[in-house]
Amino acid sequence: MEKIGRFGEFGGQYVPETVMNAVCELQEAYERFKDDPAFLAELHDLYRNYAFRPSLLYFAEKMTKDLGGPKIYIKREDLNHTGSHKINNALGQVLLAKHMGKKRIIAETGAGQHGVATATICAYFDMECEVYMGREDMERQALNVYRMELLGAKVTGVDSGTATLKDAINEAMRDWATNIDTTFYCIGSVMGPHPYPTMVRDFQKIIGEEAKQQILAAEGRLPDCVVACVGGGSNAMGIFYDFIPDKGVRLVGAEAAGRGIDTPDHAATISRGDLGIFHGMKSVFLQNDEGQIAPVFSISAGLDYPGIGPEHAYLHSTGRADYVAITDEEAVQAFEYLSKTEGIIPAVESAHAVAAARKIAPTMSPDQIMIINLSGRGDKDVQQIARYRGVNLNV
Amino acid sequence: MSNRIDAKFAELKAQGKKALITYIVAGDGGYDLTEKAVLEMERSGVDIIEIGVPFSDPIAEGKTIQEASLRSLRDNNTTLVGVFALVERLRKQTDMPLLLMLYANTIFRTGTDKFFARCREVGIDGVIVPDLPFEEHDEFADACKANGVYNISLVTPASHGRIAKIAAAAEGFLYCVSSTGVTGVRDQFSTDFDAFFNEVKASAKIPYCVGFGIRDGERAKQMGAYCDGVIVGSAIVNQVADYGTEAVPAIAKICQDLRSGLDQA
Repeated sequence: MEKIGRFGEFGGQYVPETVMNAVCELQEAYERFKDDPAFLAELHDLYRNYAFRPSLLYFAEKMTKDLGGPKIYIKREDLNHTGSHKINNALGQVLLAKHMGKKRIIAETGAGQHGVATATICAYFDMECEVYMGREDMERQALNVYRMELLGAKVTGVDSGTATLKDAINEAMRDWATNIDTTFYCIGSVMGPHPYPTMVRDFQKIIGEEAKQQILAAEGRLPDCVVACVGGGSNAMGIFYDFIPDKGVRLVGAEAAGRGIDTPDHAATISRGDLGIFHGMKSVFLQNDEGQIAPVFSISAGLDYPGIGPEHAYLHSTGRADYVAITDEEAVQAFEYLSKTEGIIPAVESAHAVAAARKIAPTMSPDQIMIINLSGRGDKDVQQIARYRGVNLNV
Repeated sequence: MSNRIDAKFAELKAQGKKALITYIVAGDGGYDLTEKAVLEMERSGVDIIEIGVPFSDPIAEGKTIQEASLRSLRDNNTTLVGVFALVERLRKQTDMPLLLMLYANTIFRTGTDKFFARCREVGIDGVIVPDLPFEEHDEFADACKANGVYNISLVTPASHGRIAKIAAAAEGFLYCVSSTGVTGVRDQFSTDFDAFFNEVKASAKIPYCVGFGIRDGERAKQMGAYCDGVIVGSAIVNQVADYGTEAVPAIAKICQDLRSGLDQA
């Protein structure tokens, strides 16, 4: 029997019985609304008039000349309302929660971008919002914490475990299990139990749909390569999905190598992980020989996660997508490079994609085309990059 | 293949008694403490023991068991290999049913067939996997069956319409979670127990026991009235938090209190 919510062997619904009924309820609601014309019309109206879609597909002329390879286009998800692709998914899920009659939204956040996006939509819809965030991430991303509070959300620090994204997810799941009747868990990436990986991808696939139309309009043909950063993997699934059937389009995910994949300090799941079951899904995880989940490390709070969404694990296993590991140093250099070359300050997460593009572009020819998904803007990271470079901003 | 869990419930039924089931985190306070505590719990009237294998990210647990898991891993470097060795030692000293409570990844990463073969070898009678709902029971079903190990099913007040199908497929005993949320002692319950247990009773063909939040004899008496046994975890684990390697007398005292309360249910 083919099980539901599987991508090959990956995926599934490995959650405690207490939340299983809520997972089933969500699954039914999503099945009901995902093709409902009224729901989709409402969602697309919000995409357009609230989130500022479609986002630009920008021709990066100077970067193209500098790297001497393919024509490089940048999909500007950083220009969305709230400054990243996370708004696409938050809009979809909170709208769905509203239709399901839920009054309270909880979310986890790493870099704070998903938390900000969720808090934003909750403010818009007048819904109660609580965001779980690792204590360490609250320090790295203090600005986003304040931003969420301005938007009326309660931000709850998580001290358990490694005090980062995975621990925030653990705590959000415990909250969900406790407040199951009233609460909707708005997961920020293409991970967790079915239907989340599919649902979040569907709310993000607009990135790739737009990019395809835009590149066809600009160049009259499909790109040769699409590059995106991968933590859980939502912006990458968003831009990849519409290109999956187009076999000539190479799909590349950039994961976080931290201080290097030969050190213990990285978050390079595909490069160094093993098949496992965690956070509701069978996928690839960084773990020890007995299945204890490994502490991970990255300069980027948004990529600092020991797993990856099951559809990425599947795309990797079938060879449809490639995954490369980018170190902190490479990401910081790319952060500075894009700022100086194009006048665009990328999120440190997105800088991993820019770094991968800088490695791949020289191996391609000028008659080829590459699209980089710039998942978010870098204002939130400026202080941390300064610290990394030893610059004292006195703030 | 006969299972010690079935034999125990048959024995209790013949005696007109209810099952007292307790939980302890393996290696919290050291393997020696776990070994002594298990044997002392049996002497204090406990019928079945769940041995928790600590996991880095125990999402179904409240603070008490989260912290115990962390202590066990961090302070004592507890491993699954070590827990199996502990069970091997225990099996030479007791014939009571012993279960492992652990997260799916611990089994999966070890290798499902290898894990359950080792369970049979050391004398483990069942497993409780809190992140493996009914819908994913197939994951371990073949290996459980091949090795005569029960995979205990859970139902909760939030299971609603799913209770019947879960209960129909359950083996050993049905683990009824008293309230939504995570493990831990509770001052009060908001669950409508009559409605919940009526639904369980209507479908369960095997004994059903209640856990989550039971901390003393008074509550064991109150909750035991609804079913065939009670399960107590955090109240035991709290003693290890308080007394460390010297926790055995405190654990014995709690178990005696639970036993006498349950015997009045």
